[in-house]
Amino acid sequence: MPDQLIFAMEVFLNGLMAGVLYALVALGFVLIFKASGIFNFAQGVLALFAALTLVGIMDGQVPFSHLINAVFGTDIHHFGWHVPALAAILLTMVVMVALAWAVNHFIFRHLVGQEPIILFMATIGLAYFLEGFGDIMWGADIKKLDVGLPQGINTVIDEVTYGIFGYGFFIDNLDLWATFVAALLVIALVIFAQYSKHGRAMRAVADDHQAALSVGVSLNFIWVMVWSLAGFVALVAGIMWGTKSGVQFSLSLIALKALPVLMLGGFTSIPGAIVGGLIIGVGEKLFEFAIGPMVGGATENWFAYVLALLFLVFRPQGLFGEKIIERV
Amino acid sequence: MLDAGKTDEALLEVNNIEVIYNHVILVLKGVSLKVPKGGITALLGGNGAGKTTTLKAISNLLKSERGEVTKGTIRYRGERVQDLLPSDLVKMGVVQVMEGRHCFEHLTIEENLLTGAYTRGIGRAELDADLEMVYDYFPRLKERRRSQAGYTSGGEQQMCAIGRALMARPETILLDEPSMGLAPQLVEQIFEIVKSLNEKEGYTFLLAEQNTNVALRFAHHGYILESGRVVMDGPAAALRENPDVKEFYLGVSDEGRKSFRDVRSYRRRKRWLS
Repeated sequence: MPDQLIFAMEVFLNGLMAGVLYALVALGFVLIFKASGIFNFAQGVLALFAALTLVGIMDGQVPFSHLINAVFGTDIHHFGWHVPALAAILLTMVVMVALAWAVNHFIFRHLVGQEPIILFMATIGLAYFLEGFGDIMWGADIKKLDVGLPQGINTVIDEVTYGIFGYGFFIDNLDLWATFVAALLVIALVIFAQYSKHGRAMRAVADDHQAALSVGVSLNFIWVMVWSLAGFVALVAGIMWGTKSGVQFSLSLIALKALPVLMLGGFTSIPGAIVGGLIIGVGEKLFEFAIGPMVGGATENWFAYVLALLFLVFRPQGLFGEKIIERV
Repeated sequence: MLDAGKTDEALLEVNNIEVIYNHVILVLKGVSLKVPKGGITALLGGNGAGKTTTLKAISNLLKSERGEVTKGTIRYRGERVQDLLPSDLVKMGVVQVMEGRHCFEHLTIEENLLTGAYTRGIGRAELDADLEMVYDYFPRLKERRRSQAGYTSGGEQQMCAIGRALMARPETILLDEPSMGLAPQLVEQIFEIVKSLNEKEGYTFLLAEQNTNVALRFAHHGYILESGRVVMDGPAAALRENPDVKEFYLGVSDEGRKSFRDVRSYRRRKRWLS
C-alpha cells in the first residue's frame, strides 16, 4: 500500500477523534436551541466554568479566595484536602444544576415571549459574566486537569496497524475515551428526548411555548432541566478538552468551532451534532493533509467555516435539521 | 338538550374582570360570567370583542403575552385562581384548547396526546386506556397516530388539540374558536363530539365562538361580548329567538336577510334606542 494512502488513513482517524470533541460542544448548543429556541452563546464558557469548578473542587481550592484575601487581609488558598475525581464530578454537576436554576430564575424567566435576538444578546451577556465569575471564583491561572483518563498513544492500535501496514498509527487514548463517552451521551440523550415524559415535554416546549403552558407543562421546570443537561454536556466537553490542553480561558473559544458543526448538522438534531462534528473533524484534517501543502497550510482555521457557508447556501436547515413545516 | 345545563351551581365564576395588555391596552372592561357545572356555555362576539382574552384570563395564559387581570376576581369551585400558574389550573381540572389549534407540529399525534397527560403521574397502562378513550371519540386520530401533527389537516389538528386536552382528564374545557378555518361539515362534526363529551362524560365547556349560529344550537347558555363588555346573556334558546341577536349575529330579521351595508353593532343600536 502506498505511504500516502496509509498517512491519509491515519489523518482520517485522527480527524474522526477531533470531530467527536467538536460534536461534544455542539451538543450543548443543540439541547438549549431545541427546547427554547435560544442560541446559547455561553455554551463554551459553560464548559470552561464546569472545568474550572471541577479542578477547583478536586484540588480543594477555596472559592473566591482572592476576593476573600483582598477584603479581609487573610492568606487562604486551599482547604488542604483532595477530592476524588468521581465525587468531584458529582459535586460539579450539583453546581451546574444550581447555575441552571439561577440562569433561568434571574434571566430567562423574565424574557418569556421576547424576540430570539434579545434572548441571544442575553446569552452573550451571560457568557461575559460567567467568564469573569469563573475567574473570581477559581483564579485565572492555567490549571492541569487529570481525572484519571488514560492519555498518550494507544499501543494496541499502534501494534495492530504496524503488523498490517508496517506503520503504526498514532491514536490518543484520550480521544478514544472521548469517542466512547460521546457515543454514550448521544444515545442517552436521544432516548431521553424521544421516549421519556420530560423529554417529550421538552420537545413540546420547543414547538410551541403557549400550547405547552396550556396543557400544564411548567416552562420553568423544563428550562432548568435543559440548562442542567447543557451544563452536564459542557462538563463532559470541559473534562475532555481540559485534560487535553489544560483548563484555561481559550477553552471557551471551542464554542466557535461548534458553530460550523451546527450549521452542517442542523441546529435541532442531536445525531446531527455528532455527524456534523465528524464531518468537520475529518474534512479539515484531510483537507489540510491533501490541499494544505499547496496553499501554505493553516487551512484548519477556515475550512470549517467555508464548508458551513456552502451549507447555508444549499441546505440551510443542515443535514438533519427539522424542516420548517408550513401549511398554507 | 337544555336539561344538563340547568344546575345552578356555578363551577367557574368570573366577576367583573378588567384586563390590560402591556400596561396600556385595555381589552376587557368588566366582564362577568358564570359557568354552571356540566353545561356548555358559549361566549359569542365578533373579532376583538374579548372572547380569547377572557378564556386566557381564566386559564392564566395571559402573563406569557404580557397581559394582566387588573380588577375583578376569577373563582373556580369558589377558590380564587387568578394568581395560580397555568399548570396549577390544569391540575385543578381546567384546560384550555387554544385558538388556532396549536398542536406540537414536530411531535406525532400520539405524542401530542401523551403530552396532554403531563401533569398526571400515571403509569403506561392508564395512559393507554386514556388514549383509547380519545381514539374512541376521534377514530381519525388513531389512523394518523404516527404522523407528525404539522402534516395533518386542520380538522385533524383540531381533534388532536381537543384530544390532548381530554388526556389531562379535566373537569372544565375552555374551547377557543373550534370552528376556525374548518369546513361547515367538520364544524358540525366537532360540535357533535363536544356535545356527546358533555352529555356522556360530563365535561363542562366554556367555548368562545364567532359562529353564533352553530354555537347557540349546541350551547345551553350564551354570553355576547362586544368591545370588552358583556352586552347580553341568557339561555341559548332565548338568545336564538331574540330579535337583536337574530339581526346582528345570525343575519336574519323579520324583513328577511339584510344587506351587509345596514348591519350595525348591537351596542350602537342599543344606545340609540335607550
